[in-house]
Amino acid sequence: MSALVIKNLKKTYRNKLTALKGINLHINQGDFFALLGPNGAGKSTAIGIICGLVNKTSGTIEVFGHDIDTATNVAKSCIGIVPQEINFSQFETCLSIVLNQGGYYGIHRKVAMQRAEKYLVKLGLWDKRHEYSRDLSGGMKRRLMIARALIHEPKMLILDEPTAGVDVELRRSTWRFLIDINQQGTTIVLTTHYLEEAESLCKNIAIIDKGEIVKDTSMKQLLSNLNKETFIFDLIEPIKTLPELTGFKAKLIDFSTIEIEIKRENNINALFKILSSHGINVCSMRNKSNRLEELFLNLLDNNSKTD
Amino acid sequence: MYKNSLIPFITIVIKEVCRFMRIWVQTILPPAISMALYFVIFGSLIGPRIGTMNGFDYIDYIAPGIIMMSIINNAYGNVVSSFFGAKFQRHIEEMLVAPIPNFVILAGYVTGGVVRGFLVGAVVAIVALFFTDLKLHSLSIMIVVVFMTSIVFSLAGLINAIFAEKFDDISIIPTFVLTPLIYLGGVFYSINLLPAFWQTVSAFNPILYVVNAFRYGMLGESDINITHAFIMLLVFSIVLFGISLQLLNKGVGIKS
Ligand SMILES: Nc1ncnc2c1ncn2[C@@H]1O[C@H](COP(=O)(O)OP(=O)(O)OP(=O)(O)O)[C@@H](O)[C@H]1O
Ligand SMILES: [Mg+2]
Repeated sequence: MSALVIKNLKKTYRNKLTALKGINLHINQGDFFALLGPNGAGKSTAIGIICGLVNKTSGTIEVFGHDIDTATNVAKSCIGIVPQEINFSQFETCLSIVLNQGGYYGIHRKVAMQRAEKYLVKLGLWDKRHEYSRDLSGGMKRRLMIARALIHEPKMLILDEPTAGVDVELRRSTWRFLIDINQQGTTIVLTTHYLEEAESLCKNIAIIDKGEIVKDTSMKQLLSNLNKETFIFDLIEPIKTLPELTGFKAKLIDFSTIEIEIKRENNINALFKILSSHGINVCSMRNKSNRLEELFLNLLDNNSKTD
Repeated sequence: MYKNSLIPFITIVIKEVCRFMRIWVQTILPPAISMALYFVIFGSLIGPRIGTMNGFDYIDYIAPGIIMMSIINNAYGNVVSSFFGAKFQRHIEEMLVAPIPNFVILAGYVTGGVVRGFLVGAVVAIVALFFTDLKLHSLSIMIVVVFMTSIVFSLAGLINAIFAEKFDDISIIPTFVLTPLIYLGGVFYSINLLPAFWQTVSAFNPILYVVNAFRYGMLGESDINITHAFIMLLVFSIVLFGISLQLLNKGVGIKS
């Protein structure tokens, strides 16, 4: 069953800015899906439309088969949303924020109370339940938004940059929490700028840029596209000219640094043999950039060339 | 119905009531103080020099209007600041993402305003008792008038909040529209004192009906036919309710 089907979704804001140019997405039930893209790509716009915070210009969206225009309320009750920006009342306590959200979803206070305890405990906020939301740290606020989004136990949880500004430890524990609820059957869609986050969590991924989907594939498929990587070699003694390195694309950056592109089928030992045969001695070697980042930048680069 | 309308409704009402009770120094106390000042100045100091108005001591004549003035300001003020605050802090999104029908959101906020209206009305009436004996011609008419008035001005406050984009926008209308309407709405005088032209103009002022209907409830005396006043209140409620619902359905001021 499909959790989310987006067809030809377009959004032009009142200021004539077109944030979405007709995107299509298909997310299956149980998926852990990443929507990746640079600032201003249209991620939050898409999410805003899905959960009823932004009016779309055209296109259709179905949430577990319920059209958001005709079966709005059924569709809404299937979704839990963790927005990008903090959006709770500063003057309320954590517990009342979560309980009130339960009330908005029509959940009886008694049930809401049990669930609030369950999720606040899991997210490490139970001790803070009587504190005002404004007194929480940034990372805690994000986790409070996760607890709030789960109070009606939605079939799909959408998180807009859930770990922005969260320290490494808290980020890891948020990841574990998300993996856990995904294994229990909740479909998860998240946006992020951190490629490692998408890599370690998500099964499927779409990359969005300037309001268009430039890639929609499985994480595995995407990683297998990484068929070459660029490495930087620091040399012990400087060289004046770069000799021919048969089978490799190489570039002399300065007299003691070479950049070499290594394909997946290449044998690195062979490279070192060639280097030695020319009397070149390497003292260290490193990735030019993070491999995923490289891929990501390539995709975006291709997208702007076709503009 | 219970699950999708009643529970969210109760949630919103409780949240609204808790909000203004939490800040009672800003919400409940000021009307009590200004009430006392009005009574001291207009009732005790100036009132005796004015003599009687339509056969009543001046202090008794203005008491209903002053009570209604507090109710109007508080019902309006409650909804305009709460709803605008929700927009401003963005927690209105908590409601927008949930499956709540818009009329429930509307009813919840309006009920918050009505509760504040009744509470302030009661506080102010108690203060008034220190200065004069309040007369009760018809308690049921008084209650219905307070109820309908709170609804009308809560809705007006909501519409103000929907259009407001900055904090100035929620004080401009009360200062430049609501306050003049109140002062010209027959709180302090009988419109029979006005020239014919201004009597006709006053007929467009909703506050005239509110004040006179309430005065009828207390004193049994009114410039306006009481049935006519109720019909006008009903018309104002229905029209403003329709407009508010339409605005919420379209997402004016709350969805981009
Ligand atoms: N309310 C709005 N009115 C006008 N333009 C808007 C509005 N919200 C967003 N935009 C514009 O739409 C485009 C997409 O914004 P959006 O917030 O969807 O990007 P994003 O992918 O979430 O970016 P980020 O990673 O920075 O959060 C941007 O150019 C932004 O300026
Ligand atoms: Mg965003």
